[in-house]
Amino acid sequence: MSRAAVVAWNTFREAVRDRVLYNLVFFALLMFAAAILVGQISIQIEQIVIVTLGLSAISVIGLLMAVFIGVGLVSKEMDKRTLYALLAKPVRRWEFLLGKFGGLLLTLVVNTAAMAAGLFAALWYVKHPLERGDAVVLVAVYFILLKLALVVALALLFSCYTTPLLAILFTAGLYVAGLFVNEMRDLQSATMAPGMKAFLRWLSYLLPNFSNFDVMAAAAHGRAIPAMLAAQNTAYAALYCAIVLAAAATVFSRRNLK
Amino acid sequence: MSAPKMRPLLLGVVLVAGFAGVWRLQRGIDAQIVSLHQEQDELVLRSGPVLKLMSLEYAPLLADLYWTRTVQYYGSKNTRAEHQLDLLWPLLDITTTLDPNLLPAYRFGSTFLAEPAPRGAGMPEQAIEFLNRGIRANPDYWRLYQDLGFIYYFDMRDYGKASSAFLEGSKNPKALPWMKVLAARVSERGESRETSVFLWNEVYNSTSDAQLKKNALTHLRLLRGQEDCEQLDALAEEFGKRRGRRPDNVQDLVNAGLIPGAPVDPLGFVYVFDADGFAQLNPASPLAKDQPIYQRPM
Amino acid sequence: MAGASIEIENLTKDYPFGFLHLKKRRSLEGLTMTVEDGEVFGFLGPNGAGKSTTIKLLMGLIFPTAGTARILGKPISDIEMHRDIGYLPEQPYFYDYLTAAELLDYFARFFDLTAADRRERVERMLKKVGLETARKIQLRKYSKGMLQRVGLAQAILHDPKVVILDEPMSGLDPLGRREVRDIILELKRQGRTILFSTHILGDAEMLCDRVGVIVGGRLRGVGAPDEIVGVKAHGMEILFEYAGGGGEPSRLLSGATRTGNRYRLQVEEGELYATLEQLRGAGAKILSVTQVKASLEEYFMHLVEADRAQAAAVEVYGK
Repeated sequence: MSRAAVVAWNTFREAVRDRVLYNLVFFALLMFAAAILVGQISIQIEQIVIVTLGLSAISVIGLLMAVFIGVGLVSKEMDKRTLYALLAKPVRRWEFLLGKFGGLLLTLVVNTAAMAAGLFAALWYVKHPLERGDAVVLVAVYFILLKLALVVALALLFSCYTTPLLAILFTAGLYVAGLFVNEMRDLQSATMAPGMKAFLRWLSYLLPNFSNFDVMAAAAHGRAIPAMLAAQNTAYAALYCAIVLAAAATVFSRRNLK
Repeated sequence: MSAPKMRPLLLGVVLVAGFAGVWRLQRGIDAQIVSLHQEQDELVLRSGPVLKLMSLEYAPLLADLYWTRTVQYYGSKNTRAEHQLDLLWPLLDITTTLDPNLLPAYRFGSTFLAEPAPRGAGMPEQAIEFLNRGIRANPDYWRLYQDLGFIYYFDMRDYGKASSAFLEGSKNPKALPWMKVLAARVSERGESRETSVFLWNEVYNSTSDAQLKKNALTHLRLLRGQEDCEQLDALAEEFGKRRGRRPDNVQDLVNAGLIPGAPVDPLGFVYVFDADGFAQLNPASPLAKDQPIYQRPM
Repeated sequence: MAGASIEIENLTKDYPFGFLHLKKRRSLEGLTMTVEDGEVFGFLGPNGAGKSTTIKLLMGLIFPTAGTARILGKPISDIEMHRDIGYLPEQPYFYDYLTAAELLDYFARFFDLTAADRRERVERMLKKVGLETARKIQLRKYSKGMLQRVGLAQAILHDPKVVILDEPMSGLDPLGRREVRDIILELKRQGRTILFSTHILGDAEMLCDRVGVIVGGRLRGVGAPDEIVGVKAHGMEILFEYAGGGGEPSRLLSGATRTGNRYRLQVEEGELYATLEQLRGAGAKILSVTQVKASLEEYFMHLVEADRAQAAAVEVYGK
C-alpha cells in the first residue's frame, strides 16, 4: 500500500515541476479583476458574482486539469516507456494506478485549496466582514473536489486502454452526460416506447451523476447545505471511484505494454 | 549598431507603428458598423430553458452575466434616449430562468417593465406576472409583495389587488409594519398623494440601485410639482375671485401679495400658468418631459 | 532444475494486428532455454528477432500466449520476485524533471531499505556509473549515454541476484561500451547471473559464457561462443610486409589482401611452413601468424539468410 503512496508522491512532484500550478496565477488575476470590476459597474450582486465566478473558475480549471493530466497519467508513461523500469520493481500494477490517482488528486486538492483562499480574499474585499454563512462556499468547493476525483478516476480508466484523444472525448462526454442524468430519469415523452424509457431510467443510475455536486446557486445565495447531503455525496464519490478504479486495475493488469 | 542589437529596437518600432495603425483602422471600422446596424442590440437565444440546458452547471454564472447585460442595456438605452425597450423582458426572463433567486432582477425588472415610456417598457401586466414568478421562487422575500402592490396601485390602479398584495406581504414576520397600515389605507381610500409619496420614499430608501433611486426621485419630484400646482390653482382661484380673471403668471400672484416669492419646482424652474389659468410645470424644466405619466385627472 | 536462475519453457508470443485485430503475428515461438546461476548469457539476434520480446515477457511487461518461465524458482507472474531482479530497458527514458539522484531514490523506495541505506546506495551507484557530477542535473538534459548509465545504475541499485539488460551497449561510444563491459564483468565476479541481449557480436564473444542465437522468433542454437560455431579452425593467416625486390612470389601475393605494403594471406595448416619459407626467401618481413576461426558473424549471417530463404519460400508457395 505504501508503494502506491510512493508513486503518488512522485506524480505530485512531477506535476509541480511541470509548472501545472502556474494556473493559480491566472486564477488570482481573474479574481482580482472581478473583485475590482464588480464594485465599479454596480449591479447590486457583487457577492453573488464573486462566488459564482470563483466557483465556476475553480470548477473549470479543475476539470481541465483532471481531464488533460488524468488522461496522460498512464498513456504518457506508456508512450515514453518510463513505465518499463518502474514495473520491473516489486510494485503491482494496481498499486501503480492507485498511486497515479492519488498523486493527481493531491495536486488538485492543493490547487483547489489555493483557489478557494483566493476566492475568499476576493469575497472579503467585496463585503468586508465575512459572515459564518459564507462557510457554505467551502462546502461548494468540497463538492467540486468530489466531482474532480470522479473525473480523474474516469480519465485514468480510459487512459489505460485507449489513445489520449479518445480518452479526453470519452471523459468529457461522460461529464456532460452526467450533468443531465436527472433529465434522463424523468424524461417526459408521450411518443417514447416504455422499453426505451425503462432503459433510460436504468442508464441514469449507471452513469455518474455529476449534478449531485452542483450547489453553486445555494452557495451564491448563502443557503445552507445539509450535512446529510455532504455525507451522502462523499460516499457516492468514494464508491463510484472505487468501482472505476477497480475496472481500470483489471484492464491495466492484462494490458501488454508496447 | 550591429544587426542583432537593432532587432529589439526594430520590434519596438513595429509594435508601436502597428498598433497605431490597428487603432486607426478600428475606429474606421466602428464608424462603418454604426452606419450598418440600426439596432445594435440583439438577443440571438431567447429561450431561458435552452440556455439553462446549455450552461451545464454554470447557470448561476450565466445569470450574473445576463443580469449585467440587462443593467447595461437599460442604462445605454436611457443615455441614448431611445424609447424601445424591447429586449428588457427577454433579458429579465433569461436571467431569472437561469437563477430564480436573483432578487435584484425582480425588483429592478418589475419597476422598469411597468413604467410607461420613456422610462420603462410600459408592460405592467408582464411586470405582475414577473413578480408572481419571483414570489413563487422566493416566497420568503416580502419586498416582492411590496413591489407587487406598488404596480397594482400605480400602473394598474387596482386598489383592491394592491391592498391584498400589501396584506399578504405584511404576514411575513420580517416585513416592516407599514405594509399592514398601507394595506388598510389603500383598501379604504384608493389612490392618494400621501400614499404615493410614502411608497416612492420607501423605494428610494430601501434600494441601493442607482437607476431605481433616480427613478424614485423623479417620481417624488413630480408628485411635489403636482402638489405645488394644486396649491397654485387654489391661489389662482382666490386671485380670480379678487381680480375677476385668472393670473397670467406667478408674478401676478406675487404682486397681489398672495405669495412672498416666485415658487419653483424641485429643479428650480418657476411654475407657469397655462392658457386656461391652471398651474403647470415650466416647459423648460426637465420634469416637464417626464410629466406625461401624470396626466391623469386627480 | 538446480542451479538455474532463469528457466524458460516453450514460451510463445503472438501479436494481433490488422483490422479488428483478427490476424496474428508470431514474434516468439516455443522458446525453451535456461540460464545457469552465475553465468553471463548473451541473447543474440538481428533486430526484430524476438530478443526484446523474450525479455519483456520475463519482466511481466507483456504476457505469453503460451509457455511458462521461472526466475530464481518463482513464476514470472510473482511480482515479489522482482526484488531480486534488476532490469535495464532498451533505450531507456526516465522522468524528465527528476535528477539522477532523485530517480534512483524514487526507485529505491520500492525496496524495503532504510533512509540511510537508500542514500548510501544511491551515492555508490552514481559513483560507479560515473554520474556523480551530473547528479543534480535534470534527466531531460542527459545525453543518451548518460541515460544508459542511469539505467544501469537503477538496475543494480538493490543488489539483485539476476540482472537482465536489454541492449545495454546501444548508443554508447567505445569508452562507454568499455565501462559497461567492465561493470558486467564485475557483476559476474560478484556471483550474479546476467542475461543481456545484443546484436553486436563482438561484445557477446568477449563477455559471455554462453550465447543463445534467436532468429525469426525461434531459438537456433545455444552454447559457448566457440562451440556454437561448430567448425574449429579454418587454417592460418599470415601477416607480412613486402616492399618488392627479390624473387616475386606473385602467386602468393595475388591470393593476399593488400593494404599498402602489408599483406594478409590465408593458407591451410599443412601448407603453413612451406609458405613461410617462400615468403622469407622473397625477402618479405613476417609480422604475425594467427589461427583463423569461423566467426560468430559468419554463423550468424548464415542463420539469418537461411531464415530469410525459408520465409521467401513460404511466400512463394503459400501456406
